[in-house]
Amino acid sequence: MSAIILLLIVSISVASLFLLAFIWSVKNGQYDDEISPPMRMLFDHKDAITKIPEQTHIKPKS
Amino acid sequence: MAIQRVKNSIHCFHCGEECGAEVIYAHDKDFCCTGCRMVYEILNETGLCDYYDLSRNSGINRKQTARPDKFAFLDEEKIIKDLVRFRNDSETHITFYLPHIHCSSCLWLLENLHKLDKHIISCKVNFERKEADIVFDHSGISLRKVAELTTSIGYEPYISFNDIDRPKTMVSRSKIYKLGVAGFCFANIMLLSFPEYLGINERELRLLQIFRYISLVLSLPVLLYASSEFYVSAWKSLKRGFLNIDAPIVLSVLITFGRSVYEILTQTGSGYLDSMSGIVFFMLAGRVLQDKTYAALNFERDYTSYFPVAVTKIKEGKETIVTLDKIALDDTILIHGQELIPADGIITRGNALIDYSFVNGESFPVKKEMGEVVYAGGKQLSSNIEILVIREVAQSYLTKLWNKDEQKEHARKEKYSFVHLLSRYFTWIVFSIALLTTIYWWNVDPSRIWNAVTSILIIACPCGLLLSNTFVNGNILRRLARNGFYLRNAQTIEGIANADHIVFDKTGTLTTGRFNNIRYQGQELPSQLRSNIAELAKQSTHPLCRSISKWADAGAGGKIHAFNEVPGEGIEGMVNGDLIAMGSVEYVTGHKESGKDSCVYLAVEGEMMGRFVFQNEYRDHIPELVACLKKDHRISVLSGDNNGEKQRLSQMIGADSTILFNQGPGDKLLAIQQMQKHARSVMMIGDGLNDAGALREADIGISVAEDSNTFTPSSDAILNAASLPKLDRFIQMCRFNKRVVLTAFIVSAMYNVVGLYFAVHGGLQPVIAAILMPCSSISILIISFGLSNLKAKLLKI
Repeated sequence: MSAIILLLIVSISVASLFLLAFIWSVKNGQYDDEISPPMRMLFDHKDAITKIPEQTHIKPKS
Repeated sequence: MAIQRVKNSIHCFHCGEECGAEVIYAHDKDFCCTGCRMVYEILNETGLCDYYDLSRNSGINRKQTARPDKFAFLDEEKIIKDLVRFRNDSETHITFYLPHIHCSSCLWLLENLHKLDKHIISCKVNFERKEADIVFDHSGISLRKVAELTTSIGYEPYISFNDIDRPKTMVSRSKIYKLGVAGFCFANIMLLSFPEYLGINERELRLLQIFRYISLVLSLPVLLYASSEFYVSAWKSLKRGFLNIDAPIVLSVLITFGRSVYEILTQTGSGYLDSMSGIVFFMLAGRVLQDKTYAALNFERDYTSYFPVAVTKIKEGKETIVTLDKIALDDTILIHGQELIPADGIITRGNALIDYSFVNGESFPVKKEMGEVVYAGGKQLSSNIEILVIREVAQSYLTKLWNKDEQKEHARKEKYSFVHLLSRYFTWIVFSIALLTTIYWWNVDPSRIWNAVTSILIIACPCGLLLSNTFVNGNILRRLARNGFYLRNAQTIEGIANADHIVFDKTGTLTTGRFNNIRYQGQELPSQLRSNIAELAKQSTHPLCRSISKWADAGAGGKIHAFNEVPGEGIEGMVNGDLIAMGSVEYVTGHKESGKDSCVYLAVEGEMMGRFVFQNEYRDHIPELVACLKKDHRISVLSGDNNGEKQRLSQMIGADSTILFNQGPGDKLLAIQQMQKHARSVMMIGDGLNDAGALREADIGISVAEDSNTFTPSSDAILNAASLPKLDRFIQMCRFNKRVVLTAFIVSAMYNVVGLYFAVHGGLQPVIAAILMPCSSISILIISFGLSNLKAKLLKI
């Protein structure tokens, strides 16, 4: 029985990790634009595109 | 001649357009204009020519270049402050709307912007929204220079008055979070419930109890967080005294949870937490699908999106750039060619040729002289003019028209979907069954009342109706969008299905707004003269001259001497030895004569040769479309134009339809109101600002857009001009929506009846609930998608 409890804890924590990963990806804006990433993926990176601007720096408008 | 033909089929290396007579040959490549060549050179120098490999002729035609000081207003500190998203000591973040973005090459080039200027730190494109987030070092490059840089490679940012002091709307992600959380909880609860379904060894009952408690904990996020959408919507509608579909759903979710908690705590059963979280998950999925918005389209545009951010004000002979809201009465402002007039005013310098098609739908530009009044919304076509402002921006004729119906907006469109009405009946039926069961068990075995009644309320949740509705709506929206018909929201589907009176605008909706349909009447033109005429017409920016030039097909070219243009009147000049004059009767012959203004007269060496008659070019398949629509709609046409086309139009759409001419924006609005008195629901199809009032007033307003870059006034739906002939099929598709929802609902109701059978007997096993719930949801999905896709296939959309 203790094995089942242990497995239960493991399985729920693994699932929670995936949930967190999902929440992170939504927060990161990965679902905002579903057209450009597939295109961007196919470009040859002769030199990599410079860092992607941080999404968090949004100026609060009064 | 043979050489000519070969030359004509040469396509520009940059933009892919036909080069015409003058091919610019450089770097072993052909270009149609110096603008295109310049872009190529910029890219070549910086090693960005991969641009052309990603998609063929991906460039944007640069024949029409922006005025050099067009972005001068971006040097103004106040405007910069209003536009930028973020700024610190070293860098500035700005989001530009670049309507020209159209292919993967665009994306690649813009994201390599830092190679063109080392002060640009990064550029990230959002393709759906056609926006570029640019980060640059403002100590090295100014905002104006950034705008000019993107313009120089063909992506001119569109900056309007609307961009100022309006916070950027962020995409709402809350539903996606909720969907994720509900999915997580649902799947885990389902796993933990397996022992309940399959049975468990007597000795392990303690384990079962642990599982139940974990399920209870997992169901809390579903109850408290994921379902909050439904609580809010139900509470809002109850406050307004209306029972919408979310109310019985909330009731059912709460009762399911309450009963489950009771069963688990008293150790009498396992509850129905799996069913509860499952249904919340499916309903959220349906809503996410249905609410998928088209980020690139804007259904809420008002006049501020059309107006420029800043204008040039002239004060004591000095030009200063001020934002639009700073313009006061009696200011003198300078309007450049091709600019929109932002406020009503009197012309104090220069001759104006104003295109009011935007405001009132007239297809021909009108001439205005010094001292005459011009109205906001007109577009100045010829050279620069100065106007004295007589009414501020917020007070102008156009703006007032907009504000007038702003107030109405709140009062109307409070229509409820048939789904809510249906769910109401459903709720009453369920309540009566619950009451009857109570009475029955009261007499037979009162201890089972609680069990039986809660089971009924759980099973009889109208979630099947909600599910089928959201999934069918989502699917229809997607199908229509694939065909170039973008609806603002799901409610619009029903609105379109209900309309029984369709009103068309003429200019720009039924017609293309171009003047390619030219008939020449008069003496025959020798080919040399013809090409000379084309050459002369090419010199003018007047739309009619452009069409003549296209019609006559420019030849080898030639020198033009003594060219003279009187805006709004005509042009003359000496081409290869022929003195040619074209224009109005008065201009060409000198006699005043009242003729229709859709003619251009032609004289060679002072002798009248003939005239060009312009006819509106109608879009393809209009008569067929109207014939189809007439079967169950009334058809009307409201035109801002004069009645020159009356005969042709009534032939096309039939004599029994109402056709009204000379309708200003206000008249159109009133006409719609009149029609609403006699019709169940009026649908208006128009374009441009002149229809804006009517589009809002109508029960359903559809604006027609030439391509996705065109700005459309606020409306319920945006229709691609090329898809206009399919309108009757789109309407049929929308009408089919109700039938699919009902079919799916009846099927789900059958599941409910089976469930109810068990419930009224007071013995609803969790396993039965666990089987019924997903089965009913999945069959609803299959029916919803299957039927609506089948119908779309049959309609060939």
